[in-house]
Amino acid sequence: MIAAIYVILALSLNLVVGYTGLLSITHAAFYGIGAYAVAILSTTYHLNFFVAMLIGIMVATLTALALGVVLGKFRDDYYALVSFGFNIIAYSIFINWTNLTRGPLGIPGIRRPEIFDWVLRSNFYFLILCVLLVALVYFIVNRVTRCPFGRALKAIREDEEALSVFGYNTARFKMISFALSAGLASIAGALLASYITFIDPSTFTLNESIFILAIVIMGGLADLRGSILGAVILVILPEALRFLGLPENQAANLRLAFYGLVLIILMFVRPQGLLGKYKM
Amino acid sequence: MPILELQNLTKSFSGIKAVHDLSFKFSGGKITGLIGPNGSGKTTLINVLTGLLPIDSGLIIINGEKLSKILPHETPTLGLTRTFQNVRLFNQITVLDNLLLVLTDKGPIKTLRPHLGIIAQNKADEILHQIQLYEKRHNLAGDLSYGQRKLLEIGRALATDTHIYLFDEPFAGLFPEMAKIVEAILKNLRANGKTIILVEHNMTLIRELCDEVVVLNEGKLLAAGTPGQVLSKKEVLDAYLGE
Repeated sequence: MIAAIYVILALSLNLVVGYTGLLSITHAAFYGIGAYAVAILSTTYHLNFFVAMLIGIMVATLTALALGVVLGKFRDDYYALVSFGFNIIAYSIFINWTNLTRGPLGIPGIRRPEIFDWVLRSNFYFLILCVLLVALVYFIVNRVTRCPFGRALKAIREDEEALSVFGYNTARFKMISFALSAGLASIAGALLASYITFIDPSTFTLNESIFILAIVIMGGLADLRGSILGAVILVILPEALRFLGLPENQAANLRLAFYGLVLIILMFVRPQGLLGKYKM
Repeated sequence: MPILELQNLTKSFSGIKAVHDLSFKFSGGKITGLIGPNGSGKTTLINVLTGLLPIDSGLIIINGEKLSKILPHETPTLGLTRTFQNVRLFNQITVLDNLLLVLTDKGPIKTLRPHLGIIAQNKADEILHQIQLYEKRHNLAGDLSYGQRKLLEIGRALATDTHIYLFDEPFAGLFPEMAKIVEAILKNLRANGKTIILVEHNMTLIRELCDEVVVLNEGKLLAAGTPGQVLSKKEVLDAYLGE
């Protein structure tokens, strides 16, 4: 389940980082928006999961469109820094807007998805829902990147200035790519909230954005299969460390060290990622 | 009739005037050579004309429209296209896609449609034959040789199908047979009534191809006229050829 959630996050981030070439370090913010939308709307307003998820997608997309206007003025390292700043602001809102989010106390008792009167309590059915949503996100990102829009994104990645003189308003393309990516990331947040039935701001920190970015880079930039592979490796493989019989607190630290080590080795051996074609 | 006119155009970098109070009228349907020593402002002028650098002062008049500001993405609508002094292709996409980028719709929503028009595909094929890269159409642009990359960049300008073509040293580094292809393209464009501004250092080519020559030196207009007139002027020889 968690791997499927990270696959959605990686696929959506690949659209911005891999295909458009924008180093965005704010994906956890949109992940959080999706999670909080479902948590708040399902516990306070008793809305159905799917309705709450759709509202979450809209909020994340509109937020990204507004942020995209600001981000459109920046490139390269500055783009990364501004996106980084937004993640910090979003985290700050999650933790300080206590009337809405209950701050560090988090929101418990989030309901599982319901289809008419059928509640998806079983993990098996929840997994099927996750797989269906992964397939939907894969289909959307694959379709977008294979049509002329995707070709323009790749050209922006290569040389934004050169593309602009051939009639492309590149700022709009970057904004749409970013907004679409944010909307899709919020689906992962909705799934997480409903799966764990509790969320708090500690899940949506800058570290989480960096982790999602690590998945995309490890799997391969501008390769959707790479995003799936990267998510599976970085989410499932470290869990195997639990079986080494180490104390729980050491295992957690080892997992973090493992992520770091894998990335360092990969940057030396295969900087384009496992299945990627393009280097940052 | 002038199709492109510069009125007191100025562009500075940290106080240094790369283009200095430049006024000139480019005639339509001709090849105008833009020459001058390195740093004379030729490429800066092309960058200003295509919106990559903002105008500090002065006006650009294109087909009667007075402009004090040009945005890069507006240049094809204004009737301008260009090549770059240092080739700037989209290396990670195919040769064909480099052309289709220019030939298909540019609006973000329109580009979300999956199918490209058959007209664009046919036009791309036609250009690929013209620049002799049809066989390489599915190769990545980054895998082409330097000369082929130059040709593809010229093909990309052709795909824009505008009125004014700004070619920044299109012959530099080309083998003679490739240079002949470029020469034929330029002559063909002129025969079709297009206006070409050609930045070039090869004076033989300037004499053979150009109807007019404009000489820049330190951002200012040094001389203008037919190649025969201009290239025999002492001040041009002094500034440009160092004679």
